[in-house]
Amino acid sequence: MPQPADKSRFSRPDPSSGQELRSLQALPWASLAAILFCGVLFTAAQAQSKASDPAPNSAPIVQPGAPGMPSKTLPPDTTGQAPQRSSADVEFMQGMIMHHAQAVEMTALIASHTQNREVRALGARISLSQSEEIKFMRRWLLLRGEPISMAMPGMPEMDQSGNPMQAMPGMLTPQQMSALRQARGAEFDRLFLTGMMQHHNGALIMVKNLFDTPGAGQDADIFDFATDADNTQRAEIRIMQEILQGILKENG
Amino acid sequence: MTRKQALVFRLASMAFFAALAGSAQNMLWSQAAPAATPAQTTPDPAAKPAAEEEADPFKPQPAPALPLGMTGSNSNDPRSSLKPGLYDAGEAAMGMKHVAFLKKPAAFQFTATNADDPIVQKTLGQLGVGDRSKMSKSTQMVIAQLAFANSDFAFQGTHLFQGNFYGVNFYDISNPAKVSLITSLVCPGGQGDVSVYGKLLFMSVEMPNGRLDCGTQAFPPLPPPEKGHEKERRLPVASPDRFRGVRIFDISNIKNPKQVAAIQTCRGSHTHTLVVDPNDKENVYIYVSGTSFVRQGEELAGCSGEAPDKDPNTSLFRIDVIKVPVAAPQQAKIVSSPRVFIDPRTGALNGLNNGGSHDKGAEKPADTNQCHDITVYSAIGLAAGACSGNGLLLDIRDPVHPKRVDAVNDPNYAYWHSASFSNDGTKVVFTDEWGGGLGARCRATDPNIWGADAIFNLKDDKLSLAGYYKMPAAQTDAENCVAHNGSLVPVPGRDIEVQSWYQGGVSVMDFTDAAHPFEIAYFDRGPIDPKSLVLGGQWSTYWYNGYIYGSEIARGLDVFKLVPGKFLTQNEIDAASLVQVSELNVQNQQQIKWPAKLAVSQAYLDQLERSQALPPERIAGLRKAIVQTQKSHLGAKDLVKLKAMAATVETDATATSNPVDAKRLHALAEILEHPVA
Repeated sequence: MPQPADKSRFSRPDPSSGQELRSLQALPWASLAAILFCGVLFTAAQAQSKASDPAPNSAPIVQPGAPGMPSKTLPPDTTGQAPQRSSADVEFMQGMIMHHAQAVEMTALIASHTQNREVRALGARISLSQSEEIKFMRRWLLLRGEPISMAMPGMPEMDQSGNPMQAMPGMLTPQQMSALRQARGAEFDRLFLTGMMQHHNGALIMVKNLFDTPGAGQDADIFDFATDADNTQRAEIRIMQEILQGILKENG
Repeated sequence: MTRKQALVFRLASMAFFAALAGSAQNMLWSQAAPAATPAQTTPDPAAKPAAEEEADPFKPQPAPALPLGMTGSNSNDPRSSLKPGLYDAGEAAMGMKHVAFLKKPAAFQFTATNADDPIVQKTLGQLGVGDRSKMSKSTQMVIAQLAFANSDFAFQGTHLFQGNFYGVNFYDISNPAKVSLITSLVCPGGQGDVSVYGKLLFMSVEMPNGRLDCGTQAFPPLPPPEKGHEKERRLPVASPDRFRGVRIFDISNIKNPKQVAAIQTCRGSHTHTLVVDPNDKENVYIYVSGTSFVRQGEELAGCSGEAPDKDPNTSLFRIDVIKVPVAAPQQAKIVSSPRVFIDPRTGALNGLNNGGSHDKGAEKPADTNQCHDITVYSAIGLAAGACSGNGLLLDIRDPVHPKRVDAVNDPNYAYWHSASFSNDGTKVVFTDEWGGGLGARCRATDPNIWGADAIFNLKDDKLSLAGYYKMPAAQTDAENCVAHNGSLVPVPGRDIEVQSWYQGGVSVMDFTDAAHPFEIAYFDRGPIDPKSLVLGGQWSTYWYNGYIYGSEIARGLDVFKLVPGKFLTQNEIDAASLVQVSELNVQNQQQIKWPAKLAVSQAYLDQLERSQALPPERIAGLRKAIVQTQKSHLGAKDLVKLKAMAATVETDATATSNPVDAKRLHALAEILEHPVA
C-alpha cells in the first residue's frame, strides 16, 4: 500500500477556520463535518451493544528487545498506543493545504488562458489530485483536533503567534501570480509550467523537511500521505519538463 | 434555547446545507472533463462557489464518469448492496464458505477508552459531543487508519503469522474452524510484511517510528523552539535507535520470540521476499523492496536520495539483497544492491519508464526507481518484480546478483504492485494497485481494466500481455477496493488464484486461459461505515493446506473453505487439499507437485468431462475402474486394468488439439499407470 488515496474533493481552506472550530463558533463546513461525524457516532452507539468491542487479549503480549536482548511480557490489559505526532506534522499538513490551494488557483486559470491540450490535461490532473489531497489533510487535522490553518484567526497574514506568515517553499510570489494571470497562450504555458515546477519542487522540500525533523512523520497516515505526495509530484515535474521542452522547441 | 435545542437546530439546518452542497458537488463533477475547471479571472476567494467552501472532508470522493469506451464494474451483483457494519456487515458468498473469524486483539487496536490519549476527547469536545463512549469503533479507526492495520501472512506447520503495522500476531490453526491466538508480538514500524524460515521470522519495517528495541513510544518530537528562533530551521538528529529495514526474530519458543538481528536499509523495507537458493543450504537471502524516503547519510552511512546523474551511488533505483546465515542469523547483512532498472546499453541507472496513462495523465511519468514487491520462483530460476512503473522479469539463478531479462509496462497500469507465476511457469499475474489501496476503485464507473490483474504469457524469458481480470462486482464509494495479494489454489489441471480486493472481498479466479480469466468463487462484506470510507478489507488471502486465510485490515482474521459448485467440483477441491506444505511464504513461490493418487485422477476426469474432451461413456468407464481400484486398495487385477486404460488415455493426449486438455490427459495417464495409495 504505497499511496494514501482516500482523498477527496477540494474545498477551499479558510484561513480562520481553525480557531473558529476550536471555540465552537463553527464555520459551515466544519459544522457539516460535525453533522456527519455525529451521525456516525449516534448510529454506531446504537450498534454498540452488538459486541463491537475489540477482542480481549487472549495470549501473551511479547515485546522483543533490541537484537540479542531479552523480550518482555506486557500486561494483559495492554492496548495500542496512539500514533506519535509532532507539531511538525501539524504544520506540514497546515502548510501543505495552503501550498496545494495555490496550485489549484493556478490550474483554475488554464481554461481561460491557454488552448494547449497537454497543459490543459495536466492541469486537470493536478487540480484533481491536489483538491483530493486537501480534503484528506483537512480530515487528518480535524480528527486530531488541530486547526486547519496555521494563520491567526481574522488575520491571514499572521501566524498563530502573531508573526508575519512565511510563504511555503516554492510558492509563487504575488508578482509571479499576477504575471501568470495576465499571460495568454504560449507565454502562459511557459509561466505556468515553470511556476508549477517551482511550486512542486517546493513540495518536495516540504516532504524532505518533514522526514528530516526528529519526531515527525511517524503517524502512519501522514507517512503514507507524504510518501505518495512526493512520488506523485516527482512524476508530474518530469511530465512538465517534457511538455516545456516541446513548447520551447516549437517556439525556438 | 438550551444547548440541546441549539444542537438540534444546528443539525437540522446543516443537514439542509449538506444536501445543497452535495448536489452542487455532483453538478460540478458531472462536468469534470479534462480542463473543465471553471474559468476564474479574479483571485478573490469570495468568488468561489459556496459549495466548494463547504465540501465535507468526510464525504467519500464522488466518482468521475466512466471513460469513453470502457466497461465499469457490475452493480447488479449481490455484493454491490450489502449492509454496512464493522462486525455485523452483510455478507455474500459464492463457491466458498466462511468458517471462522477472530477479531484483532486489543493490543493492536486504538481504543478511545485509553485515558492517556487526549486526542479523542479533544476532538469530540470540539464537535460538541461530550460522551466519548458514543464514539463508534469505525470512527476510532478513522483517527488511526493505518497505524494498526493488519497486513501480510506467513505460514509454518500449524502456525499462522499475521503481520500488522504494529507488530505480528501468531495464531494456532491446527483446527482451522477454531483458530486461536498464541502470541502477540508488539513491534511497530509498518507495514509488517512477514516471512518464516525454520526458527526465523522476518519482518519489514519502513516507517520512521520503528525502533531497534520494538518500543511503541517512537521518537520524541522536538521541544518548541526558543523565543526569537521560531523561524530557524533546526538540523535533524540522526538516531541510532531508529530502525528501518528487516528484523529477524528467533521463534523457537513460539510464546517468547526474541529479536536476533535487525538489518538497516536506506529506504526501509516496504516488502521483502525470502529467497532460498536450491544449491545453498547454509544461507537464505532476503530481497528488500523499499518505496519510501531515503534517510540521511548521518543516520545510516552511504544513504543518498540524490538523482543518479548527481550521485552514482544513490540509494534510489535499486533493491537490496540480505544474506542470512541460517545458523548465525545475527551475522545477516546486505551483500548486494542490484541495479535492476539499469539501461544495459548506456549504463544509466534509470533505464525504465512507466508507460501507464490512466491516473497519470497521458504523458510519460517518472523513471521507475523502486520495486514494490518481488515474487521469486527458484524452481525455474526466475523472479517477477512488480516495480511501481514496470513489471520486471529477473534471472535469479545467482540469487545475490539478479539480472533483468525482460521489462513490460502497460497503458492501463498505474502502480505495479505484486506478481504470481502459474505453477508451470508459463504465465505471470501482475496486480495494479491503482489509488494505493485506500481509494474506492471498484465503482460502477471505474473501468474493469484499471486497478485489475494483468495476465501475461511467459515464454523464453519474454512477457506478453494476454488479458485482464478484475473482481466484477461494483462496490460503493465507501469501500477501498483494488487488486491486491493472492496465491495459487493448487487444483491440478487448472490455473486458479485466490485474491484479496480490500473491501471488495475475496475473489477466486481461473486463469487457465490467460486471455479469458473468470471468477469461480467469492466472499464479500458490506462497507465498514455507511457514510465515509474507513480503511479496511482483505489485505491478503492465501490458500494454505486446504483452507483460505484472509487478513482483514480492520476486522481481524478470516478462514474460508471452498465448496463445490458450477465452476469447481468436490474432486477438484479434494485434489487441491492433498497438496500439503510445511511452510508457506507466498512470494517465495514453491512448485506444486500432486501425489499420484487416484483422487487426483478424479479431478482430471471432472475437468475432461467439463471440457468434453472425452465422450461421457469413456469418462464413466474410467471412473468405474478408478473406484473399483480404490475399493480393492490398489488390487493387482485392477492395477493391470488401469494400466491398459492409461495407454489409451495417452493416445488421446497426443490426438487432442487442445493443449490444456492434452496436459490433463497426460497427467491422468501417468496416475493410472502408477497410482499410489
